Amino acid sequence: MKSIINYFKEIFSGLKSLMQGMKVTGHYFTHPKEIITQQYPENRETLKMFERFRGEVVLLHDENNEHKCTGCSACEVACPNGTIEIIPKRIEVEGRKVKAIDQFVYHLQMCTMCGLCIPACPTDAIVMANTFEHAVFDRSKLTKILNKPGSKIMDGIK
Amino acid sequence: MNWLYDFNYLTRSIHESLAETFEPATVTIVEMALAGLCFMILFALLGLVLVYAERKVSAFFQQRLGPMRVGKWGTAQTLADVIKLLMKEPLINKNADRFLFNLAPYIIMIASFMAMASLPFAKGLQALDFDIGLLYISAVSSLGVIGILLAGWSSDNKYSLIGAMRSGAQIISYELSVGLSLLTIVVLTGSLQLSTIVESQANGWWIFKGHIPAVVAFIIFLIASTAETNRGPFDLAEAESELTAGFHTEYSGLKFAFFFLAEFANMFIVAAIGATVFLGGWMPFHIGGWEGFNNIMDYVPPLFWFFGKVSFLIFMMMWFRWTFPRLRIDQLLTLEWKYLLPVNLMNIVLMAFLSLMGWHF
Repeated sequence: MKSIINYFKEIFSGLKSLMQGMKVTGHYFTHPKEIITQQYPENRETLKMFERFRGEVVLLHDENNEHKCTGCSACEVACPNGTIEIIPKRIEVEGRKVKAIDQFVYHLQMCTMCGLCIPACPTDAIVMANTFEHAVFDRSKLTKILNKPGSKIMDGIK
Repeated sequence: MNWLYDFNYLTRSIHESLAETFEPATVTIVEMALAGLCFMILFALLGLVLVYAERKVSAFFQQRLGPMRVGKWGTAQTLADVIKLLMKEPLINKNADRFLFNLAPYIIMIASFMAMASLPFAKGLQALDFDIGLLYISAVSSLGVIGILLAGWSSDNKYSLIGAMRSGAQIISYELSVGLSLLTIVVLTGSLQLSTIVESQANGWWIFKGHIPAVVAFIIFLIASTAETNRGPFDLAEAESELTAGFHTEYSGLKFAFFFLAEFANMFIVAAIGATVFLGGWMPFHIGGWEGFNNIMDYVPPLFWFFGKVSFLIFMMMWFRWTFPRLRIDQLLTLEWKYLLPVNLMNIVLMAFLSLMGWHF
């Protein structure tokens, strides 16, 4: 007797769980405003990428053309596939020689956008930008120098 | 506008105008050709509309938009797909059995055509009105599996063969449930003739008149018929993730289009059977005794009622397909032999008892 009751219980609980699934998809179907895909080339002007999207690495500069990179190469070490290349130079600050960057080379074609360089940076000099149109006609354009010409390190960053 | 409510006027006037100019034998041939042409046009239209509907509906179920590029809202997308399929090269495997390989898509199409021929679309709009209509439909709609088995066997591809074998096991099992759930209603109608079944629902559809057992039979019919069309959670025969495309892996171009078209046509046929037997076919929504209400409902032409009900059932099948995960082969057989079949048998006995006591409406 008990097995018969269990048999029918199974059928009804099965039907109930199927109904729950149909309720979820039914909600999606009846709420077309919640559609998550983008009509990309058409809405190019209005498309706004979400904040946590990882598009490319940028070195932040302020209005005085100053950045926070000390050239410590922590990001270069953290990068799993050799995307970042720091070319250092020696500059003279207050009479003694200090390490600084000459060129912050970033190979976009090798980057997997993993973002491991961001937490590795001790001075928060680099961030992930949410740009995504990276297609170019020449491969050499993908190798970027992130520090702007003539830029220098901010005061007080060591 | 009389012809819209009763197609007998239209068919009779066509017959009479033909009979004036031709001999009786020629008239028969011309009428058969006309009916065949109508079905071919219906098939092509169904393919176009249903493929578009499926893609749009599935997209909205998954929070997407579906085809949007070709034409306004992507409406010309299927047309573009048809042109692409027609221009594709028909490839055949080196070791394939060429005769069977070419024969398989036609068998599937022929099975769909045969089943379609006896559907009552509207009053007087039925090509074949057998007195064993329901039996005939369930017989020919399972003929399609021969095409699937041939396709799998002749392609010389292990995935095709596995897909075809699964499809065979599936259709043999679920054919029982479809037949028994339809028989539950036949207990009430006392007739297998489709036009009689529709006429018997003039004072209410069987799903309302037969209450609980009819609703149970309807649910079983929905599940089993989804399985019979190889769709939805039961698409083991072409399980994309395991068998590439199952029995039609090796097909391309027009022959692939035939398989594709037959799948959608079968979906339409199954939905039409369900609509005819449970939801009253072309019969408007009537409540016994409410004359005024019934008269208002009669203003909507039967053709609209029929296609409305069919599209409701097709929508339900699409909903199933885009909600439920695919069953494993053992789960599939467990569902049929341990759940659907016993419940169905109990249900048919219950319905016979209700019918005997006169407890239905």
